[in-house]
Amino acid sequence: MKYLQLVWSAMFRRKTRTVFTLLSVLAAFLLFGLLDSVRSAFANAASSVAGVDRLVTVSKISFTMSLPKSLLSGIAALPGVAKVTYANWFGGIYQDPKNFFANEAVADNFFDLYPEWQLSQAERTAFRTTRTGAVVGESLAKKYNWKLGDKIPLQATIFPQKNGGNAWTFDLVGIYRVSNPKQKNQESILFFNWDYFDEARAFGNGNVGWYITQVSDRKLAQQVADAIDALSANSDHETKTQTEQAFNAAFVSQYGDIGLIVGAIMGAVFFTLILLTGNTMAQAVRERVPELAVLKTIGFSNHSVLALLLAESVLLIVFGGAIGLLLAGVVVDAVRAAVGETVPMTRVGAAIWLRGVGLMVLIGLIVGALPARRGMRLRIVDALAGR
Amino acid sequence: MAQSRMRSAGSLIGSLVGAAAAIALLIVAPWWLLLAAVLLLALWTVATRIGRQAWSVTEVGLATIPQRLGAASVVVVGIAGVVAVLVALLAMAAGFEAALKESGTDDTAIVMRAGAQTEINSVLDHDSATVVAQAPQVLRNAQGQPIASAELVVVAALPKKSSGLDANVEVRGVGERAWNLRPGVRIIDGRKFGSGLRELIAGKGAHEQFAGLDVGSTLKLNGQAWTVVGVFDSGDAHNSELWGDTDVVAATYRRGSSTTAVTVRLTGADAFDAFKAALTSDPRLTVDVKTTRAYYTDQSAALAKLIRILGVTIAAIMAIGAVFGALNTMYAAVATRSREIATLRAIGFRGLPVIASVLYETMLLALLGGALGAILTWIVFNHYTVSTLGQNFTQVVFAFQVSPPLLWTGLRWALAIGLIGGLFPALRAARQPVTAGLREL
Repeated sequence: MKYLQLVWSAMFRRKTRTVFTLLSVLAAFLLFGLLDSVRSAFANAASSVAGVDRLVTVSKISFTMSLPKSLLSGIAALPGVAKVTYANWFGGIYQDPKNFFANEAVADNFFDLYPEWQLSQAERTAFRTTRTGAVVGESLAKKYNWKLGDKIPLQATIFPQKNGGNAWTFDLVGIYRVSNPKQKNQESILFFNWDYFDEARAFGNGNVGWYITQVSDRKLAQQVADAIDALSANSDHETKTQTEQAFNAAFVSQYGDIGLIVGAIMGAVFFTLILLTGNTMAQAVRERVPELAVLKTIGFSNHSVLALLLAESVLLIVFGGAIGLLLAGVVVDAVRAAVGETVPMTRVGAAIWLRGVGLMVLIGLIVGALPARRGMRLRIVDALAGR
Repeated sequence: MAQSRMRSAGSLIGSLVGAAAAIALLIVAPWWLLLAAVLLLALWTVATRIGRQAWSVTEVGLATIPQRLGAASVVVVGIAGVVAVLVALLAMAAGFEAALKESGTDDTAIVMRAGAQTEINSVLDHDSATVVAQAPQVLRNAQGQPIASAELVVVAALPKKSSGLDANVEVRGVGERAWNLRPGVRIIDGRKFGSGLRELIAGKGAHEQFAGLDVGSTLKLNGQAWTVVGVFDSGDAHNSELWGDTDVVAATYRRGSSTTAVTVRLTGADAFDAFKAALTSDPRLTVDVKTTRAYYTDQSAALAKLIRILGVTIAAIMAIGAVFGALNTMYAAVATRSREIATLRAIGFRGLPVIASVLYETMLLALLGGALGAILTWIVFNHYTVSTLGQNFTQVVFAFQVSPPLLWTGLRWALAIGLIGGLFPALRAARQPVTAGLREL
């Protein structure tokens, strides 16, 4: 620590060069922060921890195929099942197809299975008792400036009403909040009453899209899942039951391998960065050969010269990288404020910082290794003589 | 003192404006304008005295590159990285767009239930489908039957080869006229499915991405065994699909006699307006009518735009890093050659040849980097096949398309980065006082 001053002034010996190098490092870690934020968002969506005691039952053919509502009583009667509810994809459009958000018709006990979502008792009751009632997540409500009591019109894409029209209107009776920042993306759904939906839609009546079952003990999950699938085995509506977590992971993976794409881009970025800063460090050491010799003459050991030079390259990368990550945090917050919290970017929090700083130190050591070794091996006589 | 500072501030602003103009030119100018600029430059180099001087100074500079290979490779590799990422992401967007766009034409139209947006959302009853096929604007084949295909689009979950996880594949029930409607579809392995049988043919893309779709294999849909009897290539988005007989698919998915959409071949592209007017005013129907080109273009627009924006943003941030790398390298190059440059100035060389030579050198390195990045992307990613979730909740298989225009875009970026990275060191080289330069080591 006592040599920080020395390392610092050595780093800024050539101001222009160091500043340019810092800016390159900054750009690389700005990119790292942004891309890792996107990658984390997809990874979080795939692995929400809360869903391990909930099972999702969909048609075995694919989740777009509906299931008969008659399965409900069978599932509820199975041992190990605490609660069961059902839902249906609606796919309505608010004003313009660009304003995409999920909207689902759900049974009146749906929110009982999601205790981690905060919805007041009064709003729960209002949802149960209002035929055309709808509940939305706070992020979604903020985005479209909806207040309790508003009427929300949706254009149906799949389910016209009995009169053939596509216009459905819902009354906003509740707004739920998700406190876990990793699950904020679940605040972008609109839920409305399945009973109203089933009564008013032109076709498909008596069918539901999927069932959600809460098991009494999460150790029983696999057993209950198998029992649910056995109910419909060899029928014309076979089901596939898995934990909500596994279901989400499979769904997210359908977008493509986000991790792989991000990894490839960051690979290109860091390869370039290592070459660039490595060159800077090599130059810095080459220019300072006589100074290093002086350091050794006044008593610095070979190893402390090595340590000084490594510290310099690590400091260079950590300094530039930290500014880059700070900037990434500002940019992500700005994007989230502009587009809404539903955008697939997590805040640049501790996890990203930890990975980022780890990378910075690693790159700093790689970059500094060769020049530092050169500094360590300098022979005082040769270096002072300029050989 | 104040005056000279003012003058240097003035020239700095001047060079900034010049650089901005040149970069704008590089990025937006049509190719012929750039070609003309390059020719003019070549002419200047060959025909004028200053031009020849500039070139001979450049040659000296280039000859010293082997002695500073590390520094020079910073420029080359930095720019290669930017160009590779830019071209790869743009090629991804282009590939996705092309896969969907090529599925559509102006003389075929798709008819869906009003408001449905995508086929998977749409339901048309048997009577509506018949009414649509009978419209006078629909082309008829040699037997006088309308070339219309009432199709049933449903979804099956099958394991992907890459992850082993289930992903959705589109199953399209087609009628016998589908082959008339899409003459480009070829069977490349096995045979067509038999009418009335539980047989499927797999698109080339689906066959590559999903497990268990080889000819002769069986898969279970709703407890019923289906046999894959062939693989087809349509050259478009249908390559992501499985095809079977509409009636048999409908039975498996309990759809009765309803279909999802009717696609027809029109008597000509000009018949579309009349066709649309006739159907939308028909009281028996509540439908939306689009040309298939419009339908498929709508499906690709949002994602392609998103990938492009991402590609340009990421490349721009990388470019900033590469610019500073180039600046470092070229400032160092100028510094090590300061004595030589001062000597040239002392024996009568003007500033311009010096500026031009540093710029030439950077641009050549940049060009090399750009070409390296572009070629690398082309080798690795051209026709690289991936799939993502499309509008029908199903996988759309597409291949990256690294086309010459994209490579050209990459080269422009490379040159723009080289220009910024070279200009400021070049100006410093020219402005350096001769006496100070001669005294340097």
